[in-house]
Amino acid sequence: MGGRAGGNGLTGGRERRWRGMDRLDSRNRPPRSLLVALVLASVTLITLDFNSGADSPVEPARRVLGEAFGPVESVTAAVVRPFTNIPSWFRSQGSLSGEIRDLEAENSELRSKVATADFDRNRLEEYDGLTRAAEDLGRALVPARVVAYGSSQSFSNTVTIDAGSDAGLGPDMTVINNDGLVGRVLRVTRTTATVLLITDTESIVGGRVGSSMEIGFVHGNGSLADDELDLRLVDDAIIPAKHETVVTWGSSQGPYQRGVPVGRVTDVYTSLRESSQRAVIVPFVNFSALDVVGVMVPSGTTSDRAVIEADGAMR
Amino acid sequence: MNHPSGRIRAAVAVVAIAVALVLQVSVFPYLAWHGIVPNLCLLVVVGAALTINAPAAMVLGFVAGVALDLVPPADHVAGRWALALTIVAFLAARVRQDVRPTATAVVATVAAASFIGTSIFALSGIVLGESGAVPDLLQVIAVAVLWDVLLTPLVLAPLMTLFGRLDPQLATT
Repeated sequence: MGGRAGGNGLTGGRERRWRGMDRLDSRNRPPRSLLVALVLASVTLITLDFNSGADSPVEPARRVLGEAFGPVESVTAAVVRPFTNIPSWFRSQGSLSGEIRDLEAENSELRSKVATADFDRNRLEEYDGLTRAAEDLGRALVPARVVAYGSSQSFSNTVTIDAGSDAGLGPDMTVINNDGLVGRVLRVTRTTATVLLITDTESIVGGRVGSSMEIGFVHGNGSLADDELDLRLVDDAIIPAKHETVVTWGSSQGPYQRGVPVGRVTDVYTSLRESSQRAVIVPFVNFSALDVVGVMVPSGTTSDRAVIEADGAMR
Repeated sequence: MNHPSGRIRAAVAVVAIAVALVLQVSVFPYLAWHGIVPNLCLLVVVGAALTINAPAAMVLGFVAGVALDLVPPADHVAGRWALALTIVAFLAARVRQDVRPTATAVVATVAAASFIGTSIFALSGIVLGESGAVPDLLQVIAVAVLWDVLLTPLVLAPLMTLFGRLDPQLATT
């Protein structure tokens, strides 16, 4: 490399380079030893984080960086938001776009009501038998906005929302929007939370087919082009029909609250190898346009912002 | 890095990484194609490897990778981007010539770096069992390379000038 530079000492700017040439030559060669050290450091990091799941030693570092970057991400998203809305100004004038938004919200609310009608009817029958108190379902919603998206290069589907432990959030809480289930909270910092979307390959949601109450597991498949989920039913004698709605099955300890609409069955396959039915589900939520979401918190949670209570009241 | 300009350069490099990271997760997703965004951190690392001294650039690559691994909403096994960007920094510093690289050379380096970096990340995911299907991987890598090459004139030109100014030995403009 040193010989090549010899022909360049012609212009004034190059003269300066020429003077520092001996140092340049030695430091221009990336040291192998440093490469080995840094690669080993990376591999150590991978090993530490891979083998120990949730109580990984890397978790405190994630938290510290989250505390530092969370507010920056929130502010950046807030600054950018007016510009990302510009296309919609062109499509419709200001007042119209507001009206459309309201109508869309109403629409999706009605749609999710229709979608869960079967499930609700069945659930009602169950409740008639049980004198279970309604407060069991009494969940409040903490509203939040999505401020950062994980890139597809990382092959995981996660987003950051601008509500954290200050807003009453904690790990494993259910995240929804007005169309249906979005995901669950993985970890929180004071001002932000990381949400695992149900389209992620690592996401498994206990699902229930609305009309038959059959249970199964909804797996994310992390596919790029279209948001699709797989439903594997536990009972292989049951074949879910097309257009049936899948809602969360929910459990008292599990992360997902029950009765949240997940998606609609579009195709059904029989897998001989695994002796179970596999159905393809198209989620109700449009994951490429996530914005306002709600996090289900126990009723009465203290929060740094207005909380929507189970009866619809703001607090 | 024991004289003041080295320290300033380190600070500038870290700030550049932080800005790139925030833009990458909070702004570019609105322009993304199927969630694939330009890897601005990788661009900063390549820019540094082509301008500042090689050991510093490699440490910067490692730091940028760790940041990509840990800053929310990242949720993959930490250390994978660190590994990828360290190797990218090493290779970029390795191919660098003593002359100021031409625009074509920079674009070619970025394309190769982006391909290698994203591939190392994807392969580490396959080894650890947390990546998607292979056709998706190839598609992601192809689009990521395209994005990075498209943004090269906007990101690398000012960045390399900036780094070059901070290093009197390497100032070429």
